[in-house]
This record gives sequence, structure tokens and C-alpha cells, in this order.
Amino acid sequence: MLGISLVEDAMVTLVVNGTSKNLDVEGDMPLLWALRDVLALTGTKYGCGIAQCGACTVHLDGQPVRACVTPASAAAGKRITTIEGLSAAGDHPVQKAWIEVDVPQCGFCQPGQIMSAAALLASKPAPTDADIDTAMAGNICRCGTYQRIRAAIHRAAALAKGGRS
Amino acid sequence: MRTSLSRRTLLKGGLVAGAGLTIGVPLARPPRARAQTAGVFAPNQWLTIDRDGVVTIVNSVPEMGQGSLTTTSMIIADELDTSLDKVKVQQAPANPPLYANPVTKSQSYGGSRGVRDHIETWRKAAAAAREMLKQAAANEWGVPVESVDTEPDVVIHRPSGRRLAYGQLVDKAQQLPVPQDPKLKTPDQFRYIGKMVKRRDTPEKVTGKAIYGMDVQLPGMLIASIERCPVNGGKVKSFDATATRAVKGVKQVVQVSNGVAVVADTFWAAVKGRRALKVTWDEGPLAQVSTPMINREYAQAAKQPGQVARNDGDADKALASGKVIEAVYEVPFLEHACMEPMNATAQVTDTECTIWAPTQNPGGTQQTGSKLTGVPVDKVVVHTTLLGGGFGRRGEQDFIVDAVETAKAVKGTPVKTMWTREDDLTHGFYRPATYNVFRATLDPSGAPAAWSTRIVGPGILIQKGRAKAGEIDAAAVEAVRNMPYDIPNLKIEWTNKDYGFPLGFWRSVGPSQNGFIIESFVDELAHAAKKDPFEYRRALLGKSPRHKAVLELVAQKANWGAPPPAGQARGIAVVFSYGSYAATVAEVSVAPDGTPRVHKLITGIDAGLAVNPDQVKAQMEGGAVYALTAVYYGKITIDKGRVQQKNFHEYRMLRINEMPVVEVHILDSGHPAGGLGEPGVPSVAPAVCNAVYALTGKRIRRLPIETALLKRA
Repeated sequence: MLGISLVEDAMVTLVVNGTSKNLDVEGDMPLLWALRDVLALTGTKYGCGIAQCGACTVHLDGQPVRACVTPASAAAGKRITTIEGLSAAGDHPVQKAWIEVDVPQCGFCQPGQIMSAAALLASKPAPTDADIDTAMAGNICRCGTYQRIRAAIHRAAALAKGGRS
Repeated sequence: MRTSLSRRTLLKGGLVAGAGLTIGVPLARPPRARAQTAGVFAPNQWLTIDRDGVVTIVNSVPEMGQGSLTTTSMIIADELDTSLDKVKVQQAPANPPLYANPVTKSQSYGGSRGVRDHIETWRKAAAAAREMLKQAAANEWGVPVESVDTEPDVVIHRPSGRRLAYGQLVDKAQQLPVPQDPKLKTPDQFRYIGKMVKRRDTPEKVTGKAIYGMDVQLPGMLIASIERCPVNGGKVKSFDATATRAVKGVKQVVQVSNGVAVVADTFWAAVKGRRALKVTWDEGPLAQVSTPMINREYAQAAKQPGQVARNDGDADKALASGKVIEAVYEVPFLEHACMEPMNATAQVTDTECTIWAPTQNPGGTQQTGSKLTGVPVDKVVVHTTLLGGGFGRRGEQDFIVDAVETAKAVKGTPVKTMWTREDDLTHGFYRPATYNVFRATLDPSGAPAAWSTRIVGPGILIQKGRAKAGEIDAAAVEAVRNMPYDIPNLKIEWTNKDYGFPLGFWRSVGPSQNGFIIESFVDELAHAAKKDPFEYRRALLGKSPRHKAVLELVAQKANWGAPPPAGQARGIAVVFSYGSYAATVAEVSVAPDGTPRVHKLITGIDAGLAVNPDQVKAQMEGGAVYALTAVYYGKITIDKGRVQQKNFHEYRMLRINEMPVVEVHILDSGHPAGGLGEPGVPSVAPAVCNAVYALTGKRIRRLPIETALLKRA
């Protein structure tokens, strides 16, 4: 039932948001589809399939990667963090700042934007505008929320520092 | 495919989560006009209140990023006098008798019509409910209704200090007649309208819980993807799915109207199945159509007179003598490129058809479902999910047809039919490419004595059968026919040149290109007259005070008369569209290699009433990016009927490193509400290109900007 068929492929063990999961998927299946269609974690979005838009950004051992071009097998054994696992209560400084600034419009690209921004802040706690340009240029927002994304990243940096800016 | 997690666990909550709204569940209380459910006050289809005082608002306008979930509830909560932060919002089912737009009479949403077409209806509906609650309390207390008032969620009788919560009044209020002409609040009484209110969908959008069409999951659901003819409009002649059926995870392969659907257990398996298909196509007539041919034939057609859309004075005569200023402007086809590629989910049985779709057109979706399945229209259930961008693309029915036909072939099983980005860009509904010839003469003062514009291009409305062939297509001449400048001899012509390449409504539609051509050419005349472009326009706007006011606003905010930042120049433009007046000043520089850089856009908007000012700003910011993307990169070209731009590396989008500062100034004119989704787009391209001219002396007459034209030797 449910399109689940018996297959010979080796199991892939993925550690997603702190939980280890055994999946029986083809090795070439991109991590994106393992997350979305097998693990039902739909917060990570499909936008282009060729690492051009960043909507599928997740963290592999803390580093931002495009899940649409990362084979699930290549993620085995690494810590995978998706938008659902970025914080337990949706209160990561980036998420809080996004709410304060009211960044999203349609919101479809925002999980990817937020994962890129969270990775940026993890490596550069006080990013400059140039740092933001470099780290975020891989994430397209068709609604045009870039100005607010920039403001919210600066705000998140302040929140993470514990300041009220 | 097998997983260590139980499928049930995975599916749990798949549909009930959603950004501030509920989808996928039947409305608990179908809010028919005067639905009679015990313990529920349902004065009309727009709101209910239960005995616990829970207010549920029904939002009919799909949430595509414009903030309708928030704005609709602000308007209703304000007139009802309830606490906005406590209301629940449900997305309306497809049910045009109840939820059709009161102006267009259709449950389809485009044309920036959310607030402006509904605000009166919603305010009246909520005000009627408030009056009924007041009457119920007055009856209870035996006092005149004039002596009672409300505070959020409570009716009060100030003289005696008595209070009754709305929840305590629902049974009594439900028995009262619905007032037909309730008294509305005056603007000074507004609690939410006109205030900065945070979007209610943001928390779910930043945690990944928001459910878009692509995120729909149902027990037993399969996922399909359709191999389409590379030539738009082509059909399947024959196909061989032997190799496809051998792909692990592929369940079925079925022919549908738009190609061959591969139905699988994951999208990845469906895509691999598509790659293994062997399809022979009947490419159809568009296989003869290519961009160079279109451009050539447009130019030929422009030599002949078109249909006259407007003719003031005698422009032909006035243009027969004196120095004629001529220019040709060209714009390309454009695709919407919603971030969420097209998709929809459907489940079809012999007697039922249920559709989950990120659609701007729930009414049309219901019709499509009925047409394809034979299920009566009112029995087709449509759940409108969040939309990952709309921009006009999601009013179309092609992706609904895909889903319903595919689901019908896999009877009883829910099927999500998803497009790839390549499908999305190559099988869209495109903003028309046009060719535009301008001619003008100036009077001794430098003002236009005569002006003619001849537009050659296809008509969206005519192609879609929404306007009669042979007539002027209103969308094709919008913002040209009604241009605001006071010119004694003015002639506007249009020639319909349509190759059948599918056309669609692209954010701001006709004004998206017509704002550019008109506002560029008037700028040419200003420079020819050696006048300041702002003052030149201003002098011609005597009969258009709202254009003039918003133009003056941006000029003042941009400090127009003062020198621009070093290495930059300013350009200005003003365009009316969708009930609103918008103007932009652009500050632009050009790199030695010819790459333009927009540093700042100072925009102004007179949308009458700004219901949620921060979201007005958001729409203006977004409109600016949409427009600027087209100025820098936007171009769809066709080679033998095939769209040549297949993904974002070939159809580039503006990115954060290219983002200018966008300043938004709201002109609170006190007029009735205008649109906001689209009006931010049209004035941006001309303001930018006018600034490029001011800086370089090079006039951009073809979009997108070709950097080679601006390269310094």
C-alpha cells in the first residue's frame, strides 16, 4: 500500500533533527525528496532542483547545503537539520527576528532563507551587509522580501547577542 | 519504498497545520447565510461566533503573499469589534454563491481586487453582526439598543455597568433579523484598519509548518509528474513507457491532455520515470514560431495603421508637419516564476471529486473538476492551500486539469501532480511581447502638441475568449489608452498580432509594459524640450490631480532638485493601475562594463485607504523587485515553439546582493481603497531607464537592459 514497494537498495540511515531514521531509498535520491516524500518533512521546499534558488537549504553538520542536489546517501551519518528542527519552539533568533520584521510574503522561500541566515550567523555572529550579500545570494525570493531579510538578519544578530539593539 | 516510521505517523497533521488557517477539513459549520447550528451565531457566510466567544472569520481571498489572511480578518474584526489576536480564520471553500467577489461575481482573484472589491461587503457583514449582538443584549437588559455599546468581544451598558460577552449572546442574537443597512464605524473609531498589524501567517511560515499546495499529504497519496511536449500546445502522438514502468517506485503511466503522467510513490521516482519515457509528439502549429520571426513580423505590422483605441483632436494632421520625434519600444514575453512550481492534488471517485490546490481561482477549479469528472459543480470540493506566489499565474486551470485527469486515471487514490521548474518556465502563460511605435511633435512651449502610439502585440483577453476578436483588447492598451497627460491631439492604435503562444496575466498585466513605454517616451519629450522631467510631467497633469500628487510626493521625498549621489542620476515615473496611483524615483549608476545598478527606489502610493500600512509597504517593495528583475534580466524567447529559458540560470531573478533600498511613502488620500498587489510594478522600469538616460545619454527602448549598450569604451 501507499506506494511502498519491496526493494533491494541498501538502507540509508539519516539523522534528521536529532532523530535517527532508517530509510529504504535509492541512493541517488536527493536528500530533498527523502525529507519531503519519505519523511514527510515538507518545510524544506523544492524550487528549482539545480541548486539555483536555495529553497531546499538544510544544514549538514551545521553547514548550509542544497538538499535538491545532495544525494540522500551523501548525507548518511551526518547531522541533518531542517527548518522543522532549527529550534524546538520556533524561537531561534532568526525566526524571532523574521517575525519582528514581518519578513515573509508568500513565504515559500523563507525556510531556505532562514536556514541560510542561521548558518551565516553561526559562523559570523555580527555579519556586515557584504557578508549577508555573500551568504544569502543563493536564495531567491520572488516576492522581493530581500530588504526585510537584510534587516531581520541584523536584528537576529542583535537578539543572539542578547541585546535589544 | 519502506521506512522505519509508520506512514500514519508521517501523515499525522499533514493538513490541519497551516499558516493561520485551516484547510483540508470540512468547515465545521458551513456558514451558509443564516446557518442554523445550535450554539452558533452565524449572521452570514463571513463569520461565526460560538458560545465560548470564539470568532471564526472566513477569508475568501486566497493567501498568495499579499496578506489576505491578515487584512480580511482586520477588516471584519474591526467592524465586529472583536480581539484580532483571538479570531480564527478559515479559508473559504469553493462556493461562488456564497463567496464570489461581489464586484466580479466570480470566485477568482486577480487584478489586485482583494481589499477594494470586498471591504464594503465585509464591513457591512461584521457591522450587522455587531448590531445583532447589541440588540440581543439590549433585549436581555430591557434597555434601548441606543444605550448599549461594545468593547472587544463584549456588549456593555455603561449607565448600569452591565456587560455580556459575545459568547453569552450567540443564541439570542441568532434569532434576530439581520439588519440590511447597519451603521459602519467612522474612521476615527477604527481599532485595526489603518494601523500596522503583524501578519498572522508569519509564525507558521518561519517554522516550516505552513502548508502550500506542494506540501499536501493524504493517506495513500501518490505523486505524479507529467512529461509535456517541448512545443507549447503540442500533443502526444504515441509513447512507450516500458522503461518507465521498470523504474522503481513508478506505479502507473497514463496519457492526459497535457502529456504523459508518470504516477509514482515519490516525486523523484516520477521524474526518473519521465526521463525514461519515449514519446512521439504532434508538435502542432507553434513549432513554426520563433522569436526573431515574431519581432520581424511585429515591425512589419507596425507600418500599417491599427485599430483606433483613442483619438483626441487630430493627431494625424498635427504629426504631418513640424519636427516629429519618433521612437520604437520593445518588450519581451515574461514568465511569472512563482517560487512554488505549479501543482495540485486531487482525489476522484465515481461520485466525488476533491481538489487541494494553491489556486487564485477556487471557483474555476471547481468548474474544472466538474467538467472533467461529471461530478456536479456544487459537489466538487476545493480546498485552497497557501500559494507559493501567484502573480496571475495561479488563476489558470492547466495545473488543475493535470491533477484531476491524473487522479481520475488512478481512481480513488489521491494524487499530487507536480511540475518541475523546467515545466513551470517552459509551459507558462506569458506576459505578451509587444512592439510600440511613438511619434510626437512639441508646441513652441515644448509641451506635446500631438502624440501617437501604435502598439503591436497579442491580446490576452481575446486569446482567452474574454473579449471579442476584432475589438480592442482592454489589457493590451491599459495605461496607454487612459494615459493621464493633457495632450490636445492624441491617437492610440492597437494591432492584434497573436501567434497562439499562451498568454497570461503577469503581475500588473498591460501596465507592466505600457507604463514603461509611456513614461519613457514622455521623458524623451521632456529632454527634447529641454525641460526637467518632473516639472514637464507635472505641467501636463492638470486634469489628473492624483497622479500629480503622488508624483510630487516622490519628487519631494527624493529631494529631486538637489544633486544626486556622486556617480548616480535620478529618473522619475508615475503610473495608474488597478485603482491606485504609484510613482517612483530611481537612483542609478552604471558600471564601466555597462552593468546598471539601482541604489535606491523612492516610491509613493495612493491606494486610497491603506488598511495595513506595513503590508502596503511590503507590496510596494515586492512590486519593485518584480519590476526590477524584468528590467535587468526578464526575457522569454521562443525557438520553434520551445521556450529557451528552462531554469533560474537562464531566467534570472534579482538576488539580495542586487537589492536596492526601497523607500515607500503612503499618500493617504481618503479615496476608496485601490489595489496594491500590482500597482507597485509599472512605474519602476521607466524610472530606472529614465535615470540611465540622465546619467549616460543612452535611451533604453528595449527590455531587459542590454549592458552592451551602456558599456563605456
